Amino acid sequence: MTKMIATRDAYGEALKELGEINENIVVLDADLSGSTKTSVFQKAFPNRFFNVGIAEQNLIGTAAGLATAGKIPFASSFAMFATGRAFEIIRNSVCYPRLNVKIAATHAGLTVGEDGATHQALEDISLMRTLPNMVVLCPADAVETKQCIFKAVEYDGPVYIRLGRAKVPVIFDENYEFQLGKGVQLKDGKDITIIATGVMVERALRASERLMEEGISARVINISTIKPIDKDIIIKAAKETKGIITVEEHSIIGGLGSAVAEVVAESHPTKVIRIGTMDTFGESGDGFELLDKYGLSVDNIVNKAKLL
Amino acid sequence: MELEGIAKRIRINIIKMLEKAKSGHPGGSLSAVEIFTALYFKEMRIDPNNPKWEDRDRFVLSKGHGTPVLYATLAERGFFPKEELDNFRKIDSMLQGHPDMKETPGVDMTTGSLGQGLAAANGMALAGKLDNKDYRVYAMIGDGESQEGMIWEAAMLAAHYKLDNLTVFLDHNGLQIDGKTQDIMNIEPIDEKFKAFGWHVIKIDGHSFDEIFGAIEEAKRTKGKPTMIIADTIKGKGVSFMENQVGWHGKAPSAEEAAKAIEELGGGLDD
Repeated sequence: MTKMIATRDAYGEALKELGEINENIVVLDADLSGSTKTSVFQKAFPNRFFNVGIAEQNLIGTAAGLATAGKIPFASSFAMFATGRAFEIIRNSVCYPRLNVKIAATHAGLTVGEDGATHQALEDISLMRTLPNMVVLCPADAVETKQCIFKAVEYDGPVYIRLGRAKVPVIFDENYEFQLGKGVQLKDGKDITIIATGVMVERALRASERLMEEGISARVINISTIKPIDKDIIIKAAKETKGIITVEEHSIIGGLGSAVAEVVAESHPTKVIRIGTMDTFGESGDGFELLDKYGLSVDNIVNKAKLL
Repeated sequence: MELEGIAKRIRINIIKMLEKAKSGHPGGSLSAVEIFTALYFKEMRIDPNNPKWEDRDRFVLSKGHGTPVLYATLAERGFFPKEELDNFRKIDSMLQGHPDMKETPGVDMTTGSLGQGLAAANGMALAGKLDNKDYRVYAMIGDGESQEGMIWEAAMLAAHYKLDNLTVFLDHNGLQIDGKTQDIMNIEPIDEKFKAFGWHVIKIDGHSFDEIFGAIEEAKRTKGKPTMIIADTIKGKGVSFMENQVGWHGKAPSAEEAAKAIEELGGGLDD
């Protein structure tokens, strides 16, 4: 049976490990530390943890100031508020001066579930991707999350890390290696390519198995660094297969699908079908049922693949 | 060096750089000259030859449109040659319209979008406490800027974390772009507001060196809370036709107006 771990839990554990080896790591939260799992760090290093209250602009602005003095701040809240409420602070106080602030936002996407549309960020990749100097990471499982957090610390500059609330299948073993800026081909295929990010990588893998049964050989690529995107792996797929399906728990506008379409449009025009939320808000419900309802089902990936 | 003489030269350079740039913000720059002079020429522990010195005192100009007074002061203090002031707001210049810490030696934080600098100053002060460093953090906010919600988020944080290594000046000149602050969106009683938020509050004449230094010393003696120095100032101070005129918030003087202003300030062009 597949192990199920939420990426936010892996984040909390990674922070605690990093706190032990790097005393410049500081963590800020806006009254959601139990949910974002920064509380794990707080318990271990209370003097390096700052709760700023329910004030996301302040969360990012304070982190920026800490970074000017050599600290490596992780600022956490839900993805909706971290990127939406604080967008302009991220732009002007973090990205423009290229300060070493890591924004690790949890509860991204529909898998927030029952809290509903106000709390389901479906635009955060788009918002963060448009900012100069920002690196955007979206890990697929707990194993990759931990590596993303460690790599974000090695990298000097602003990083956005998109994490989820729900427990999701662990798909990588300890031999998996995340490299910043590199996509990973998880499965070879010669007919079509499925490019996925975050929790949708696991569904993309399942879709490829279904397609195989129907005689379609689907390549599966995990893009966990959405910016800077790995152009080479995308262009190679565009050249070697007849079309690309992108799959993300995010709006089809501005996210992974847009990033992939931009690359192929400029370098090797290929048909791209984007699977994501179709310019709509979410709603309350079980997170995985919501994924199915909004077109992020294995069935829909399979059906769209047949259109290529 | 006499502080009045330095302040005079800074004012003259503000006028000169604005005239050359043909844009920029004279009013809220001239109002803050004495405070900048006091900080950069007497109070702050800084080294123009080592602007990133880890143990330096920091300054954050949260009301970032005050770049003319910031740049004129930094040039006067030797952070970069005064000739650079001629390039203010021009293409390829190190002197951007609003402060840019990556471009300009001596600028400790990138600001310009109002409300953000105070939170950054808080972060610097928190880092100083964490590292047991004795540097102090100074910041300047505007009275119009205090209409931004983020100022009050940051005000809560500074008091909550007892940032007594933070001293903030509020340039209380009473004007903002669209008119008087009391007409646009009243912020008064601003002293009572900061007191209620847990700050030590001092009210001074922001053009009196004695009162500025007195307040800075009082702030240093104040333990367990941040200090807000509400400095009553005159927007456009020193130039008769700019003083208390809302129209001089963000307008550059013509060559003729600049000459008249410099004459009033008692300066020759070589000052």
